[in-house]
Amino acid sequence: MTIALDACAAILFGLGTYLVLQRKLSRIIIGLGLLTHGANVLLIASGRRGYPPIVGSVGGTMSDPLPQALVLTAIVISFAVTMFLLALAYRSWQLTDDDEVADDVADRMISRDTSPGEDVADQEESMPEPVEVEVEEL
Amino acid sequence: MIGILLLHLVAGTGLLVTGERPGRRAFAVGAAVSIVTLVWGLVMVPSVRSGHIPTAAVEWVPGLDLNFDFALDAMSLTMVLIVGAVGTLVFVYAGRYYDPGSHGLPWHSGLLVLFAGSMVGLVTADNVYALYVSWEGTTITSYFLIGHNHEQARARAAALQALLTAAAGGFAMLGGLVLLARAAGTPSLHAIVSSSLPENTSTAVALALILLGAFAKSAQYPFHSWLPGAMEAPTPVSAFLHSATMVTAGVYLIARFAPLYPYAPFWRPTVVIVGLTSMVFGGLRALRQVDLKLLLAHGTVSQLGFMIVLFGVGTPEATRAGWMLLVAHAAFKAALFMVVGIVDHTTGTRRIGEIPRFDTSWRGVKITTALALASMAGVPLIAGFAAKETAFGAFARSGFDGHIAVLVGVVTASALTVTYAFRFWFGLFGTSRSRETTTRRAPAAPGFRFVTPPALLAVAGVVLGLGAKSLDSLAGVAGIELGLGRSALHLAPWHGFDLPLLLSMSTLAAGLGMAAGRRRIQPILARGAVVPTGDQAYLAALRALAWVARRVTGVVQNGSLPVYAGVILATVFTAPGIALLTRAEWPGWPRFGSPGEVALLALLCTAATGAAVVRRRFGAAVLLSIVGYGMAGLFLLSGAPDLALTQATIETLSTVVFVLVLRRLPKRFEHEFSPRRRILRVLVSALVAGFVFVFALVAQGALTLPPISNEMVDRAVPDGHGHNVVNVILVDFRGLDTLGEITVLAAAAVGAAALARAGRRRPPRPDDPAVAAAAEIDRQRRIVFVDGTVHVIFPAIVMMSLWLLFAGHNQPGGGFVGGLLAGSAIGLRYVAGGASAVRDQSRFRAWTVLGVGVGLAALTATLPLAFGGSVLEVASTVLHPPLVGEISVSSALVFDLGVYLTVVGTVMMAFEAFGDDAPETLP
Repeated sequence: MTIALDACAAILFGLGTYLVLQRKLSRIIIGLGLLTHGANVLLIASGRRGYPPIVGSVGGTMSDPLPQALVLTAIVISFAVTMFLLALAYRSWQLTDDDEVADDVADRMISRDTSPGEDVADQEESMPEPVEVEVEEL
Repeated sequence: MIGILLLHLVAGTGLLVTGERPGRRAFAVGAAVSIVTLVWGLVMVPSVRSGHIPTAAVEWVPGLDLNFDFALDAMSLTMVLIVGAVGTLVFVYAGRYYDPGSHGLPWHSGLLVLFAGSMVGLVTADNVYALYVSWEGTTITSYFLIGHNHEQARARAAALQALLTAAAGGFAMLGGLVLLARAAGTPSLHAIVSSSLPENTSTAVALALILLGAFAKSAQYPFHSWLPGAMEAPTPVSAFLHSATMVTAGVYLIARFAPLYPYAPFWRPTVVIVGLTSMVFGGLRALRQVDLKLLLAHGTVSQLGFMIVLFGVGTPEATRAGWMLLVAHAAFKAALFMVVGIVDHTTGTRRIGEIPRFDTSWRGVKITTALALASMAGVPLIAGFAAKETAFGAFARSGFDGHIAVLVGVVTASALTVTYAFRFWFGLFGTSRSRETTTRRAPAAPGFRFVTPPALLAVAGVVLGLGAKSLDSLAGVAGIELGLGRSALHLAPWHGFDLPLLLSMSTLAAGLGMAAGRRRIQPILARGAVVPTGDQAYLAALRALAWVARRVTGVVQNGSLPVYAGVILATVFTAPGIALLTRAEWPGWPRFGSPGEVALLALLCTAATGAAVVRRRFGAAVLLSIVGYGMAGLFLLSGAPDLALTQATIETLSTVVFVLVLRRLPKRFEHEFSPRRRILRVLVSALVAGFVFVFALVAQGALTLPPISNEMVDRAVPDGHGHNVVNVILVDFRGLDTLGEITVLAAAAVGAAALARAGRRRPPRPDDPAVAAAAEIDRQRRIVFVDGTVHVIFPAIVMMSLWLLFAGHNQPGGGFVGGLLAGSAIGLRYVAGGASAVRDQSRFRAWTVLGVGVGLAALTATLPLAFGGSVLEVASTVLHPPLVGEISVSSALVFDLGVYLTVVGTVMMAFEAFGDDAPETLP
């Protein structure tokens, strides 16, 4: 770990966050890409440095193989996520000619609605009425 | 014990899935199961009565104390006998109650069997978690059973109310049980009760929660209103669940934990007040009912209140009386429900005033009713009398402070019981003005089989009453095993002339008097209508819950993606950030970094900044890929050639996919947000960046132990049969992660393809003329130079990718890199020849390759299990093929081949998804 690596990771995280907080899917995708890179820098910086981790190749310090394996996984997963999000953007283009994520209409309606909801109303309507007599002659 | 439970489970589930064919015969199966339970219980009586407690256990999650432990003490056995006996008769009765053609009878019978099984589990469980599971088993089966006539909205509402009430109580009880189990250090009910618990708030809270659960289950005020509602259920269900068994589960629970009353000063006052309230108000409400079934339901609330008081005070004498009442009540209340069912079934009504007059063929039903009512009212020599005498005796003795007040309450409420017993009788068989004028005559009494079950139960009341002395020893053992010690009072059919007898006679006289003066009392009772009912309380609670849910949803789920992302990110970084600022030690600054490294990182950050601020989509994508290549360089500097290779190939592929999608979208991002939001965004981003910077430094300083990977390096060759440690980790040491990862990959690929293709008119087929036309266009568009080059280098790249795959175990490479390289080759084919070129190059479609890849990896991972190995165990052998030299082939290679194919399949899917294939889909 060096200050330069740390600063680089921090910058990547900051830029990624800035992009993820927007509404255009393509910007979000690029933001996630930058976040992934930032995380990978952190991971790779956490291990010790050295020669490639191949047993018996050269002498000297071997770099830490575990963070490398984790980063490899992260890279491939990030590709899959990017691809999926691109498909979302593609679908969004098919439907709206744009890739903006608008507010969810149903959610907005719920947050404005004040009625108790259908379920409770159903329950109220179908609760058995207490059938009790005033005076019963037996 | 386990066998009995399994029998219920198997028979019940079996009935659920048989379909309609068995019809009413399904109840015979249920009766058989219940008879087995009953006989088993009877066989166990001698040994349990001598103080022996048989146990059984099935381990589930031993590490969490989650086991199915069972113990059959005298109290449990009593409940088992009730479940078995009433169950048997209910099944016989049900076989006649339902019309032969009705739908869903096997399903219904299966639910009843499952309920009986849950009930047996509940009363024999000696593990708090097993108790809870059985408890909710009865709740859920009860929900379905009440909602048997689910076409009716009222039945559905009643079922839901019962479910919500009991489940809410169940959660409370679970909380209490967990607290007690933790405090006692054991999940065993018997051990918890006999251990010395800490005398603190936690124990008191636990007991309060348990009381809540018990009150909800046993329909005590103010949670009682689900029980009258549950009368929507068919009569066999009411007789079984809502009188004899399920509702007494709460009573049982209170009986189990009553010895702990000293830990909670509120225990005794609470059970006494709640129980007496339920007794009195239940009795009063019963007097107001027109529907005989509802009359019984409110009467049940009242009787359950009586039992709660008796078991809850935790004295051996009261417990003995409670035991007797439990048994007597099961018999007489089930019998009365069955009688109402018979009347309802035969005459079509169960409302007082509408029931026609009965002829002499109904004599059997009349006698049955009379005996059951006598037991309920406490007429001497019958079971209910023995219970009531003992109860009065218990409260007349000085067992605890305020026992006289309790005695007064119990006697008053018992007088009400006598009164509503008379109301039931007159309502059913009495003469009234309206009945005299009616010309309607009841049909002849139903046959022997319909009347026998209630008759047997009514006779059982007499037998139990006369034989009360012989029941005494079992009741005594139950009291001792509950942890209450010996009782000075004993069960007997006749105690002689004493105070309890005087009180009994007074209640009978008072009840008789109130019944005689009913024309004067009814107007007084009618005024009770102004008191809010439990239904209103329940609805108010439901409305409040729905309101809170909507408010919470409206705030936390407001539909704005940036808000969600912002909240998540801010939480992720502020919560650990605060811990970082307050707890962590500053490790000091590390060195700055070598000039080469700094230069590379500066380039990387510049490109990243560019990607974040440019307004052109293509520009952003290209800058992102520059960042990616910069990362590859960084990996190379850090001694990670595998990563560098992977990153470089994936960046190439990503760029192609980006271009395929972005060409559709508008070229530029518009200005869209307000300055205020922009400032907020910058603020959150700066916060995140600052956190990451500090966190990474501190985390690095916190590394004190040697990394785990040292061992991985040591074991790579002997255990993993490979020299490339990264690859050995991926396919062997952490192979399960990799298997999960390629599954995610495949899922994302399928999802992407499905999303992108959703708008297309039809999937392209090879024989589709449009595909041929597209291929023609592709051919015309081809650039000869590119085409020729691709033809030459495509095989070379594929060969290279295979080499990476095979060599990857010992040198940089592996399935991921190999697959990505092959994917790049496919990308080249696409660039040169379009989607049809990609599709033409192999007979296998993208999804086939993907599926084979994941399947192969999964198979390799699990195959060792078949040979007694563990998941992902590696077998290896050394081959000597000509020219190549020695190759160590291990099953890890096959696994890696699966990874390779998955990656290739994913890339092919990407081109299937985003590539052009038919002219009419082009914009």
